[in-house]
Amino acid sequence: MSKIIDELLYTKDHEWLKIEGTEAFVGITDYAQNSLGEIVYVELPVVDDEFSAKEEIANVESVKAASAIYSPVSGTVSEVNEELSDKPELLNKDCYSNFIFKLKDIKMEEDLLDADAYREYLKTID
Amino acid sequence: MNSEKLLINKSVEGRSAYKFPLLDVNPATALNENISRLEDAILPEVSELDLVRHFSKLSSMAFGVDFGFYPLGSCTMKYNPKVNEKLASLDGFNNIHPLQDEDTVQGCLKIYYEMIKDLCEISGMDWGTLQPCAGAHGEYTGLKIIRSYFLDRGEKERNIILIPESAHGTNPASAHMNGFDIRIVKSDERGLVDLEDLKKNLKDDVAGIMLTNPNTLGLFEVDILKIGKLVHDAGGLLYYDGANMNAIMGKARPRDMGFDVVHFNLHKTFSTPHGGGGPGSGPVLFVEKLKKFVPVPDVVFSNGKYQLDWKKEKSLGKVSSFYGNFLVIVRAYAYILSMGCDGLRSASEHAVLNANYMRVRLEKKYTVAYDKICMHEFVLSLQNLKNSTGVSALDISKSLIDRGYHPPTMYFPMIVHEALMFEPTETESLQVMDECCDVILDLYDKAVSQPEELKKSPCKTVIGRVDEVLAARNPVLKG
Amino acid sequence: MYSYIPHTSSDEKKMLEAIGVNSIDELFVDLKDGGCLLKDFLKIEEGLSEEEVIRKVKKLATMNVQGISFLGAGVYDHIIPSAVTSLSSLPGFVTSYTPYQAEISQGILEAFFEFQTMICSLTSLPVSNATLYDGASAAAEAASLILSSKRSCNEIIVSSTISPFSLACIKTWIKGTGNTLVILPENKGVSDFNALEGLITNKTAGLIVQTPNKYGFFEDLTGVSSKVHSFKGLFAISSDPLSLSLQKSQGQWGADIAIGDTQSLGVPMAFGGPSAGYMAVSSDLMRKIPGRIVGQTVDNQGNTAYVLTLQAREQHIKRERATSNICSNEALICITNVIYTSQLGFRGMKEAALQSRAKAQYLFEGLKKLSFIKTKNKDFFLEFPIEFDSCKKMEKFLFLLKEKGIFGGVRLYPLTNNKEDDKTILVAVTEKRTKEEMDKYLEIVGRLENE
Repeated sequence: MSKIIDELLYTKDHEWLKIEGTEAFVGITDYAQNSLGEIVYVELPVVDDEFSAKEEIANVESVKAASAIYSPVSGTVSEVNEELSDKPELLNKDCYSNFIFKLKDIKMEEDLLDADAYREYLKTID
Repeated sequence: MNSEKLLINKSVEGRSAYKFPLLDVNPATALNENISRLEDAILPEVSELDLVRHFSKLSSMAFGVDFGFYPLGSCTMKYNPKVNEKLASLDGFNNIHPLQDEDTVQGCLKIYYEMIKDLCEISGMDWGTLQPCAGAHGEYTGLKIIRSYFLDRGEKERNIILIPESAHGTNPASAHMNGFDIRIVKSDERGLVDLEDLKKNLKDDVAGIMLTNPNTLGLFEVDILKIGKLVHDAGGLLYYDGANMNAIMGKARPRDMGFDVVHFNLHKTFSTPHGGGGPGSGPVLFVEKLKKFVPVPDVVFSNGKYQLDWKKEKSLGKVSSFYGNFLVIVRAYAYILSMGCDGLRSASEHAVLNANYMRVRLEKKYTVAYDKICMHEFVLSLQNLKNSTGVSALDISKSLIDRGYHPPTMYFPMIVHEALMFEPTETESLQVMDECCDVILDLYDKAVSQPEELKKSPCKTVIGRVDEVLAARNPVLKG
Repeated sequence: MYSYIPHTSSDEKKMLEAIGVNSIDELFVDLKDGGCLLKDFLKIEEGLSEEEVIRKVKKLATMNVQGISFLGAGVYDHIIPSAVTSLSSLPGFVTSYTPYQAEISQGILEAFFEFQTMICSLTSLPVSNATLYDGASAAAEAASLILSSKRSCNEIIVSSTISPFSLACIKTWIKGTGNTLVILPENKGVSDFNALEGLITNKTAGLIVQTPNKYGFFEDLTGVSSKVHSFKGLFAISSDPLSLSLQKSQGQWGADIAIGDTQSLGVPMAFGGPSAGYMAVSSDLMRKIPGRIVGQTVDNQGNTAYVLTLQAREQHIKRERATSNICSNEALICITNVIYTSQLGFRGMKEAALQSRAKAQYLFEGLKKLSFIKTKNKDFFLEFPIEFDSCKKMEKFLFLLKEKGIFGGVRLYPLTNNKEDDKTILVAVTEKRTKEEMDKYLEIVGRLENE
């Protein structure tokens, strides 16, 4: 069973968001890290770059797969998790404590899912 | 331990392996200090014998078609005839510079011209180019022809290429390189293109569809004529990925199926050696209306002479330095001469016969992804085996290595779980296939009774399973 | 009965029975149902015996004329040691597939790894792939790499002095991608770097240059990398790998990307193919470089092992998001190259390079003396342009040489399509040429002095 944290928001692309006012931490869910297998590299976005919702913003690679991360909301990159450059495996160990990037000046999107909706969605794809 | 040290670790300072003739003119002047190299490069200093032993050892730590059975699906690992090697090494081909006057290279140009004609006959197309150096390069070129066609007609909005979900990774990548976006067309329960889904996707923005026939599951697209009509009626073109051509030489032609552009892989269908991953050759053939976009130079025959034609106003330009991988083309040309129309047809017939034979033998224990007559290749799904024993397609493949065989293609196409794709090719005999099938069937039993053993394999090779995660996390890419 | 198809009629009978069909035709029922089955044979002649094939193809080879080659423009008649030809023909190398199964391909993987190591050493950059198709397509891949690395940029500056074939491949690639090619003009046979500043905009992703350039001249790239890096652009330099034994390497010039064609490393001219292209990059670009890459790792017993790695960059994983669609490399050429550089070592490569240069200078001095020829006063590696008073003189020059079995030079105009180049040829001299051959060359063309 994929781990899901109730307080977070989710996307159908298996990203999670933690909203703090006009800022959001973004990471990948347990389902995503499990599908990828052992993660070998995380390509982080550049701080101060602006992205619209659904635009490709980062990349997570395993030996056999490469997964694009699409920005769940529009915003500007305010912080990236530099630790992931040396230790990409942190995303396998604990995908919810290790964010990938933080966005500021965000504009919320309507298709974000709450924990229950994401749980339901996972049932349909397995 | 059987592995081989890097040659540079055998260096002894001052040792040399080659003697040049003494310089018979004044020595060169020194380069200006601004542009002179700073530190020397570090390269091996060994004797010729060291060199020969090292590379001979390396060549023995490889598995070629010359050594054993190679049923790699989608790769057509057929025998590489030795006569082709002999002909490709002739001085009359090797000592020729590509920019010599045309009257001094009539032999080379004739081979080009006749090769294009032969490939047109095999594909049903009107003309072609031999410039692309590999299959993916051919795809890139073929799609560029399609791109050029629509830009020439002012149909800029035709920006989408349709690709079946079972397609090889080079297909979407080649489309993307040409500035196209992709839309996936689903497969139906037969494993073939879903016509309803195709119709839904055929909007005004479609430039074309990329297909291989038979498809990557080894199944023939029986609706191909309908597909062709649908795409053409929608204003699009059809691209044929020739990777699976070995199933239908002399039995069917892409042009008759409705295709407008085709690429072939000379290193698959036409027996040229794989060389460890190249050089290959990816000729592209096309219909009359696309001829004006051919890469330059084109090869023409006029006034009794073969000539290079650089004046093609609407040409897409160039995709490689000169005219293509000439020595690879020589090999394929000799192959076509050896096989002829009768041999080519026989090759496809026996490729299909062989694949079906292996399929029915393995079906006794394994699950075949699509339980029907296949073409030159078939796919097994080991999902059930994995569920019940934990032994995966990977484990079976690695165990095959210990038994002296090259594994089949693993985990492709992606629409089949725990896939193993087998393509024996026509150059393998009944005896070889029987022995191999016996082993694969035996491995099934071992998977049930001794799964841990299979997970340890291979054990009889120079090294065991490698740590790919380490290699990708902390890349060490040079010595 | 065909040599390469082993089935006897008894084999076929057994197989058809096992499959449960009466004839091979039944296996093609889908083609019939699909309306595609051919009835007649293809209009190609019937298959020949091996001996007949040899006769026919050998005859074609004799239709070509071999000569003493002073031709260049990217392909050179260098000496190829016998061991290089012999070792690169070993069946373990020739008949193997791509080394995806690491356990049975250590030999091939290690050879690729040694190639990468060699290229890194020559170029002074830390990451190399295991070859691309050729130098010209490598230039297009470099343009693609530069543009895809700079998110907000869509312009790339390329010097007009790069090989015309490389330029053609870049132009072909860039069509339809939404990117713009900007040409850096030349001045007196080399790139005009004074003009560079004026071409840079906030959309410029980087610069590609070549040295030795298309004329054979060395280019002084002092200050260029800092200029390119000042606007955070990427800098690529294309160089003949043999020339790297003498001139500053791409890494030493501060470049981010090194590319070129490896034909001069033990590969026959062979009418232009096959060859291979190399690409080396700075560590920042490691996860973006196209092409196959081998990495060193360990196996489950801790033994050193080699494996294809960083595959997440490639088409079979990234599919439409891959920066390149490249699947094959030029593996056998890659192996040929590393055997060549291992046999010669750096000292041998330097000797081949210096002998080529010495002989080119000898011929140049001889040609300079002719009254109907103009030369440029620029330093070259092993190739140089000479300009004639008239096209007629140029054609006569080449004709007289050709009559005596010497291919005297490459006409420049067909390569560049510039009217000013129509009386110019490029003359290349390698270490393979002898003083005797060059004296003969000079003696033959000397006769034109009196006309």
